[in-house]
Amino acid sequence: MELLNLFVKSVFVENMALAFFLGMCSFLAVSKKVETAMGLGMAVTFVQTVTVPLNNLIYTWLLKEGALSWISPSLAGVDLSFLSFIAFIATIAAMVQIVEMTIDRFAPKLYTTLGVFLPLIAVNCAILGGSLFMVQREYDFAQSVVFGLGSGLGWWLAILALAAVREKMKYSNVPHGLRGLGITFLTAGLMAMGFMLFGGIKL
Amino acid sequence: MSFLRRQLDKIAPLFEEGGRLHKLYPLYEAADSFLYTPGRRTSEGPHIRDGIDLKRTMMTVVWALLPCALFGMWNAGRQAGLAAGQDPGAAEAFLAGLLMFLPRYLVVMAVGGGIETVFAAVRKHEINEGFLVTGLLIPLIVPPTIPLWQLALGTAFGVVIGKEVFGGTGMNVLNPALTTRVFLFFAYPAQISGDLVWVAGREHWLDGFSGATPLAHFYADGAAATAGMSWSDAFLGLMPGSFGETSTLCCLIGAAILLFTRIASWRVMLGCLLGMAGTASLFNLLAPSPEHYLALPWYWHLVVGGFAFGTVFMATDPVSAAQTDTGRWIYGVLIGVLTVLVRVVNPAYPEGMMLAILFMNIFAPVIDYYVVKANVKRREQRLGVQ
Repeated sequence: MELLNLFVKSVFVENMALAFFLGMCSFLAVSKKVETAMGLGMAVTFVQTVTVPLNNLIYTWLLKEGALSWISPSLAGVDLSFLSFIAFIATIAAMVQIVEMTIDRFAPKLYTTLGVFLPLIAVNCAILGGSLFMVQREYDFAQSVVFGLGSGLGWWLAILALAAVREKMKYSNVPHGLRGLGITFLTAGLMAMGFMLFGGIKL
Repeated sequence: MSFLRRQLDKIAPLFEEGGRLHKLYPLYEAADSFLYTPGRRTSEGPHIRDGIDLKRTMMTVVWALLPCALFGMWNAGRQAGLAAGQDPGAAEAFLAGLLMFLPRYLVVMAVGGGIETVFAAVRKHEINEGFLVTGLLIPLIVPPTIPLWQLALGTAFGVVIGKEVFGGTGMNVLNPALTTRVFLFFAYPAQISGDLVWVAGREHWLDGFSGATPLAHFYADGAAATAGMSWSDAFLGLMPGSFGETSTLCCLIGAAILLFTRIASWRVMLGCLLGMAGTASLFNLLAPSPEHYLALPWYWHLVVGGFAFGTVFMATDPVSAAQTDTGRWIYGVLIGVLTVLVRVVNPAYPEGMMLAILFMNIFAPVIDYYVVKANVKRREQRLGVQ
């Protein structure tokens, strides 16, 4: 029940894109077409689901204060948590590399449309943010699996909705100064308002 | 009438190309087409030869809204009287309600209409009848005691951010009236949060009286709270609340008009109802005791809060709802499900209808996209293209 609660919370209530406004660069830039948004959303969800638990293991067993005591009791006083940023980013970059190679091999069309934004997942703030939230909120392994999956899915859902709205907006007559990013920002804001629906839900 | 026509024709050159008041042409055009059927043909896009146009569509919706509006005025006046400890007669109650409704309606029309005129003049699009509907919806979904300046601010937000930045009527993503309501809800929760109900004071609007709404009662006391009121009162709408939404009966009359004229989609309405009834029944099964909120039967969910009004007038907005038939089913059912979900499990808001519709407005394009995709795929298979 608690895990389900965490899942709903990470998908809807604390949506990475629309509640924390993380991962904005790719959220705004790759949401012109539904198909590419779908691809990027899938990639982000995958990377998020793998990296958050992985980083959780790294943090609990290597970096946290006293985490190394399983090697020898004399290392109990060592605190390597200052390395967490570098360690997390290394994990993420490695994962992204794997995803990139997989997509290049199996979906070359998607690979070209995602372009530079695929390797840029490595520096997507939603991904690093996920790992840092995991540390800050002291999730255990099971929780970090659920949180990684949930926050990834939430981001995916948000970019999918934005992309569909933007495709529909082709028929709108947006004022000149607002075309492009301006109206996208406004739309994202209105979407965030809709996502307030779930604010406060506890199962 | 021909006198009016002659006068309009006489001043027409002033507004046409080269005339002194050419900038104000949309204003002239609006007045002209409001009074008379325009003689010009549509100049762009594909045409369908049909008696119905935007003007007639919108006027039908206004007619469908009238029962709710008239009943709402009478009810607001009556509730104010009851709160003051007296039972006013029908005429007196209606007059009191009219005096509450009219200023709000005028403010909404002035602010919204003004903004629309400016945009029409600058951006050279027509002022159209869409705002008549939005302008009537907004005062119907706000509490009778809302300060006028908040109403003006909310209307401006709804019209500019909800509609005009997307290019005006027919091009918006969210329902402008709902955008106004949600904006007010989050900006001024003290006045419009939905767990307290507002009944205007008789002498001065600010001496309002507030008490818990039926939905807040349900949340606090569970289904046992139904003992305190009768279902038929709730169905007829004899309870305090926003102007338009208390009476399920008037909403049903409106629904009949909209469905008979085929302006609203029956799929959306039925979907909402089924989604709501299904979720409520599911929760009934899960309810630990018959007094718990989970045990509240679906026919109570139907008559309290804004469910009926939202289903009939807000969810069916042809612009912001899903556009495909299958999509409309999905869209409607999800609104019903989300509404009950928010009512029952979300302690932050007692009512979920407004945000559920707004949320589904956002997802309607995705639903449509995948419904169309699936159709394309099916056809390709049928023709053996792939």
